[in-house]
Amino acid sequence: METTPTFWEGPVGWTLLTAGQIGLVMIWILLSLAFLLLADRKIWAGVQMRKGPNVVGAFGLLQSFADFLKFVLKEIVVPSGADKVVFLLAPLISFVLAFGAWAVIPLAPGWVVSDLNVGVLYLFAISSLGVYGIIMGGWASNSKYPFLGSLRSAAQMVSYEVSIGFVIITVILLAGTMNLRIIVELQQGWFWNWNVLGGGGLANLPIALVMIPMSVIFLISALAETNRPPFDLPEAESELVAGYQVEYSSTPYLLFMIGEYANIVLMCAMITVLFFGGWNPGFPTGFMDSWPDFFRSLFGFLVFFGKVIFFFFLFAMAKAIVPRYRYDQLMRLGWKVFLPTSLVAVALVAAWRVFGPAA
Amino acid sequence: MIQIIAFYLMAAVTLVSGFCVVSARNPVHSVLWLILAFFSAAGLFVLMGAEFLAMLLVVVYVGAVAVLFLFVVMMLDVDFAALRQGFARYMPVGLLIAAFLAAEMILVSYAVATNGAAKDAVLPVANGGSDVTNAEAIGRVLYTDYVYFFQAAGLVLLVAMIGAIVLTLRHKPGVRRQVIMDQVLRSPKTGMRIVQLKPGEGMDQ
Repeated sequence: METTPTFWEGPVGWTLLTAGQIGLVMIWILLSLAFLLLADRKIWAGVQMRKGPNVVGAFGLLQSFADFLKFVLKEIVVPSGADKVVFLLAPLISFVLAFGAWAVIPLAPGWVVSDLNVGVLYLFAISSLGVYGIIMGGWASNSKYPFLGSLRSAAQMVSYEVSIGFVIITVILLAGTMNLRIIVELQQGWFWNWNVLGGGGLANLPIALVMIPMSVIFLISALAETNRPPFDLPEAESELVAGYQVEYSSTPYLLFMIGEYANIVLMCAMITVLFFGGWNPGFPTGFMDSWPDFFRSLFGFLVFFGKVIFFFFLFAMAKAIVPRYRYDQLMRLGWKVFLPTSLVAVALVAAWRVFGPAA
Repeated sequence: MIQIIAFYLMAAVTLVSGFCVVSARNPVHSVLWLILAFFSAAGLFVLMGAEFLAMLLVVVYVGAVAVLFLFVVMMLDVDFAALRQGFARYMPVGLLIAAFLAAEMILVSYAVATNGAAKDAVLPVANGGSDVTNAEAIGRVLYTDYVYFFQAAGLVLLVAMIGAIVLTLRHKPGVRRQVIMDQVLRSPKTGMRIVQLKPGEGMDQ
């Protein structure tokens, strides 16, 4: 039976609906970033037995908003020797890419902007583009320190992308699909269905011996990919002042910073979705069957967000307690430790899929 | 409707950025235009329903190859005047290559227009369903019918990689190298010595 398409299924309605969804996701990320940034500084301060920002608002809760106003109201300084267009394009690219990747992250049952069947590849593609913002910013500044910082960062991000790629392949092999929604749905039920423990029930538990190290490698590579301490060589302030962002001020700098933090939260979300069950709480959720759809989704969303916050906490703790790597050690770790390990893991997981009980 | 607008937009961006790759004065700008061209070409792939190819184009060309291009071009000290001079000399060769490429593409699109796309020839064989994603369809063909070509391509890449390593690997004699094992295995016991010194006296090594 032919049904006439409603307004929301027509081209105009579809565009409006998608734009609305994108807007919602962006507002949610920006709002949570404001508080995650504060949490980052508070955790860092707590480890060092300081108080951290505590003046603006109760417990300093409004600190991020004060910082935002400060950045926006300052004057944009463009160095006279800079390539103006590229200089201003670089932070925009960082910002747009960091948010674009969120389009395929399944936030809760039914809550995803774009249910791509190559979602994992899309994420990988977008995060491999992130390096452009940094290279362009460093080059366009026409100054030595930013250029050195951006070269370091390009080498670092390209190196760790390789091991991230292989780790993602192990998950794809386990799940048998590149659609993030299906990857999450396969991990429902008890927590031993999570990919970190092999996925697919107790029969697959032995492969957890491979998947647990893979999730650790992913976490460490994510630290390197987002230029977080202990791998913040691109902006090693004791050597390069502030790396690629030396010449940036006010709003362009703000865009770089928001992009960087959005990427960090994105990496946390990727770990959650790929390894730790996404919106699944780790126990059967049959008791929710009578709930309305909205509340089920809301519950899933809260579970997902809680996991993301947990991984963000790990990132913040790593920043507070781990000293910075030396550059040659960083390269050695990426190419000589993570790359062979993850390659072997891909072979092992593939063999498990072919010869193991799941075959 | 949206698809038509998107097609013309992305096709126009591809063409304009392709033109700018050649005409930009600054080589770094050329590479940036090239990246834009790759990116909008990926968009065109998506419009055709080949999202797997589109993502691969972005991952491989934009994410890896173009980064290396950008890296090299930024480090080079290019003499723009010398580059300009060669332009007229290389023009005929460039035009010839362009003509060949155009002819090939016309032939391919003619073949597709008359015989139908390869997708239609492959998918029914795969499993007849239309819900096969194109990643799956490519995989089914690549690892069955064309597996030897696939292996051969992998071998060519391996040879190229080994060649690159052989060309750049140099062992200079007499250079003290870092031995990571020794560094990692150092402990406070083996790595340092605690000495009691009297004030005013030095320590002989």
